[in-house]
Amino acid sequence: MATTAAPAGGAQNGAGPEWGGFEENIQGGGSAVIDMENMDDTSGSSFEDMGELHQRLREEEVDADAAAAEEEDGEFLGMKGFKGQLSRQVADQMWQAGKRQASRAFSLYANIDILRPYFDVEPAQVRSRLLESMIPIKMVNFPQKIAGELYGPLMLVFTLVAILLHGMKTSDTIIREGTLMGTAIGTCFGYWLGVSSFIYFLAYLCNAQITMLQMLALLGYGLFGHCIVLFITYNIHLHALFYLFWLLVGGLSTMRMVAVLVSRTVGPTQRLLLCGTLAALHMLFLLYLHFAYHKVVEGILDTLEGPNIPPIQRVPRDIPAMLPAARLPTTMLNATAKAIAVTLQSH
Amino acid sequence: MAEAEESPGDPGTASPRPLFAGLSDISISQDIPVEGEITIPIRSRIREFDSSTLNESVHSTIMRDLKAVGKKFMHVLYPRKSNTLLRDWDLWGPLILCVTLALMLQRDSADSEKDGGPQFAEVFVIVWFGAVTITLNSKLLGGNISFFQSLCVLGYCILPLTVAMLICRLVLLAGPGPINFMVRLFVVIVMFAWSIVASTAFLADSQPPNRRALAVYPVFLFYFVISWMILTFTPQ
Repeated sequence: MATTAAPAGGAQNGAGPEWGGFEENIQGGGSAVIDMENMDDTSGSSFEDMGELHQRLREEEVDADAAAAEEEDGEFLGMKGFKGQLSRQVADQMWQAGKRQASRAFSLYANIDILRPYFDVEPAQVRSRLLESMIPIKMVNFPQKIAGELYGPLMLVFTLVAILLHGMKTSDTIIREGTLMGTAIGTCFGYWLGVSSFIYFLAYLCNAQITMLQMLALLGYGLFGHCIVLFITYNIHLHALFYLFWLLVGGLSTMRMVAVLVSRTVGPTQRLLLCGTLAALHMLFLLYLHFAYHKVVEGILDTLEGPNIPPIQRVPRDIPAMLPAARLPTTMLNATAKAIAVTLQSH
Repeated sequence: MAEAEESPGDPGTASPRPLFAGLSDISISQDIPVEGEITIPIRSRIREFDSSTLNESVHSTIMRDLKAVGKKFMHVLYPRKSNTLLRDWDLWGPLILCVTLALMLQRDSADSEKDGGPQFAEVFVIVWFGAVTITLNSKLLGGNISFFQSLCVLGYCILPLTVAMLICRLVLLAGPGPINFMVRLFVVIVMFAWSIVASTAFLADSQPPNRRALAVYPVFLFYFVISWMILTFTPQ
């Protein structure tokens, strides 16, 4: 660039008086200002410039290689200082390159900041949302507001997992082909994610105004009722109590979700389809959770279990306690228990 | 150094007046000879540091790591507000504790009819994935603790529950019964509370003050699940 400075100076002097101000700036400053004169001179010949730049770089590389070769020669000749320096530089460069690659991959895949806005809650907000999930609101002409956060729903799903584990342990459920923990986690997360996706798909078909995040949040907070009911009825084993809670608490949380969806859907058929599906799935899930992991009545299963039990993974035991033992084989309501009885009868 | 050697008696005459020439008049006395190395021996120091941990015996390496782990155990058993666990975190302690717990908790045979307990892999997966989930949650809530520091704290705070497991196994040798169950329940509850207090003492400072409850609740659930596995363990 130094070789082009002289003719540039000539060009500058040849410029009109309107460029006088720029002249002063350029000549006085130096490093802080972009050297306009050089750029002026190379207008239209930027390719030549780049070519020049590349040539210089290549020459420098060749020089560096030659120097490295010399250093290696020096190594062979036994000059230990060069050898240590070279190996350390190489190691340093490899370390830098590896670190750069690793940090790039890490920031690409492990970027949890995408989820950060959904966890921006205060304890008071979580508490109020938990209480509101049990209170249905009757406003159906205007879309009801749904809080789009994931902390509350995630914690509720984990709480449900813990309560389920407690229930399974107290009822001595046998899991043949799986594990207790795996079943609990699979059931709860499967319900939350699966039913949310299914209802979101139905909402898409029925033209309802709800996003996936809102659906996840809505259903997650709807599990609060389930947690309460199961926590109480896994410890107090009265069927009447369970049915009462099922209708009352389960019904309240279902009504809340239904009201929100109705306010966001237009048309009676669509409302019926969407809300009917959600209500059915929600209530039936609570029923399933209770009866699948119910407290065992000791002794009954000992007479029923045989060597060839039909291929089911769990052995739910729900025997209504009020029936006398003599009438049990004929009045069993549980379908799986019927299957066992049928199998045993066939032997 | 060059100036002192060249002109010991007359600083400043050998070279034309440099910018800070006046300083040399007051800095070095003429009678005292200046000697010593002016180059900083970085190279030799680095080489010395490298070989010091590489050439030591295996025994001293293991003892050093074990001592660090033991010191952290003490910090967990007597939780104070300190950041030893956070400053030099390591995952040896959590690994030892997790393996011990999983070995003690596992079923005798894979095919047993009564569900005596979880498999080894189940306990392992629960502990590590639970710790990872809690760490992610606390980071998403705005905590300024690093990933491995949080894993280290959560893993070390399983120590009281491992002690509870040992005590439960010893108590179960005496035979089942209601008194047996009450003793085990009491021990597990005390150790569960101890774990939570210990982990809160270490993790509380890293969260914004109004969100501590949100970060502590999953820790509570995590230790509850582990305590439940310990309490309901029945040997075959």
